[in-house]
Amino acid sequence: MVTSTSLVYLIALPLFGAAILLLAGRRSDKWGHLLATALSAGSFGVGLYQLSQMLSRPTAERAITQKLFSWIAVGTFKVDAGLLLDQLSICFVLLITGVGTLIHIYSISYMSHDENRRRFFAYLNLFIAAMLLLVLGNSYLNLYVGWEGVGLASYLLIGFWNQKPAYATASKKAFVMNRVGDMGLSFAIMISFATLGTVSFAGVQAASHTASKAALTAIGIMLLVAATGKSAQFPLQAWLGDAMAGPTPVSALIHAATMVTAGVYLIVRSNFIFDAAPTAQLLVVIVGAITLMFGALVGTAKDDIKKALAASTMSQIGYMILGAGLGPAGYAFAIMHLLTHGFFKAGMFLGAGSVMHGMNDQVDMRRYGALRKFMPITFATFGLGYLAIIGVPPFAGFYSKDAIIETAFNAGGVKGILLGSTALLGAAITAFYMTRVMVLTFTSKERWEDDQHPHESPLLMWIPMAILAIGSVTTGFLFTRGHALVHWLTPVVGERAEGGKVLLQPAVVSGLALVAVIIGVAIAVSKYQLGKVDSVAPQNVSVFTRIARKDLMQDSFNEAVFMKPGQALTALLVKGDDKVIDGAVRGIAATALGTGSTLRRTQTGFARSYAAFILIGAIVLIAAIWVVTQ
Amino acid sequence: MNPYNYLYVAGLLFTIGAIGVVIRRNAIVVFMCVELMLNAANLTLVTFARINGTLDGQVVAFFTMVVAACEVVVGLAIIVTIYRSRRSASVDDASLLKR
Repeated sequence: MVTSTSLVYLIALPLFGAAILLLAGRRSDKWGHLLATALSAGSFGVGLYQLSQMLSRPTAERAITQKLFSWIAVGTFKVDAGLLLDQLSICFVLLITGVGTLIHIYSISYMSHDENRRRFFAYLNLFIAAMLLLVLGNSYLNLYVGWEGVGLASYLLIGFWNQKPAYATASKKAFVMNRVGDMGLSFAIMISFATLGTVSFAGVQAASHTASKAALTAIGIMLLVAATGKSAQFPLQAWLGDAMAGPTPVSALIHAATMVTAGVYLIVRSNFIFDAAPTAQLLVVIVGAITLMFGALVGTAKDDIKKALAASTMSQIGYMILGAGLGPAGYAFAIMHLLTHGFFKAGMFLGAGSVMHGMNDQVDMRRYGALRKFMPITFATFGLGYLAIIGVPPFAGFYSKDAIIETAFNAGGVKGILLGSTALLGAAITAFYMTRVMVLTFTSKERWEDDQHPHESPLLMWIPMAILAIGSVTTGFLFTRGHALVHWLTPVVGERAEGGKVLLQPAVVSGLALVAVIIGVAIAVSKYQLGKVDSVAPQNVSVFTRIARKDLMQDSFNEAVFMKPGQALTALLVKGDDKVIDGAVRGIAATALGTGSTLRRTQTGFARSYAAFILIGAIVLIAAIWVVTQ
Repeated sequence: MNPYNYLYVAGLLFTIGAIGVVIRRNAIVVFMCVELMLNAANLTLVTFARINGTLDGQVVAFFTMVVAACEVVVGLAIIVTIYRSRRSASVDDASLLKR
């Protein structure tokens, strides 16, 4: 393995920026955002340099490592703080720093009226550093540090406007639900250490050939729990919709393009565990399939543009998890969809931010309409992202999503047919709800309030949107040309098994997917473009709509099953603490006090009574001595 | 004469003194009772010296007398001072410390 000394700069640059901005405080208000953007761009530059170095080496020597310091050395348990940059990490490094830098640039303008803009940039830099540590760590323990770091940054940024209680609650909700997933990761690390004796990726990979299947299944399931928490997958998905309380660039960077895909990274990185544990792998595809339908159904009913996009994110990550659960055939496609999704979804979120910027922070799509005329650039960039996500050829989503659907169909047997049909149905629903967003926002009739004057966003905002839109158009084509990305990732995720029984040819799948997309688009157009749209959400709707508006009852379920019993348990413990433990302490004090106040009566202040006590005491003493010595 | 008779006398004197200290209120009388107890103790010391045929007890009796004389000086001064300020020599009236 080639070693390097320059990997640490990838993380150090943004971390340095966060430290400077947070420590310098208000003194850096004037230039803080520029420094943060420059450092993020610098990190992107280092990433590009590493890519060029990597390309110049032969395939076998492309992965490089850097040992930072010896972190834990207890007996036989040794963990170094070390970094690993291989073909998989470099994809993430470039996505994180590239999209991250664009979003820094966008935020300069988007947050220019916010007096805490410097703090915002400090948190963004902190996030970039933590996310890079997550994808560069060479062991599960190093990954865990980054994993917690992005959780912290996400919490700080969702609650950035925490003067609104609802936003503060949303950040707390995200943090608590992520804790549940983090617990899974810590369990996975503990089981890994207990059974395999190591926590580094290389060590676990080597040990996975000889380890018991039960241990690997346990580790795999715990890793899946971790992934569901961070990636907002079923059953830990409820926090993502509320996370839209954060500023829109945060939603674009953290809750669409990068952090929420950490779960996919974790599963693909742990491919050797899942390949050896079919039960865990089956659970992965089930979680992915459920979530892709769940997110899509929620997306059809949301009127808040950001929440509709959040539901869509959940659904698209469901596709990635599904792909990652299909084994060596799907890992590369999961990563491909992750990368293309990073472009088009970040672009659409920035577009949503641009629309909100022009509409006095209105987020209700029923109050939009006909914005195409007023925001042509936003319309164009958002539109390209839209074509990419619904999977129209030759846009990026077509290549990546079709590949996952096709792999799902060819997974074999009933499982393949079920997964493939689910993914196909999901594609139709995706086309429906994304068309709905598009029509309600840009092409239907105006439904604004009178005092709104929609206008195009400034240069600094639309340039990142345009670059991301270009990515939405081209990346799919580039990644699939000569199976570029699949071959690139093969050394990390293993060889695809070629020549198996193929249920449906790629062309057939693409045809089916296109038909599904056309049906979805047609329904949405006839319903929202040609039909009449109320500017207030109608209340006399079917029970299904009502359930979908309430996120398929996810919050009611969590509150009934986890929150209420949890609160009851807490109340019980508080009561126990109050009555039993505090009671014992107070009882001892009361006993001492009572004894004292009784004995106090003997202290009369009369000298003669003291003399009498002394006399009686002396007599008793003499009597006792007499009795004993007799 | 049986020297143990002196011990009986000393015990009687000590008992009279102790009862006097407990039951009388007048500080002068209490004080005299205390002296009586001291003298009872002296008498036992001298008696034991006689019984054992050594001089140790008699020497200690002299020390006791000297200390008792000093104590009388200080004690009477306190009683007189209390009497001057309160117009009473009752020991029960001097019970201010409990408050």
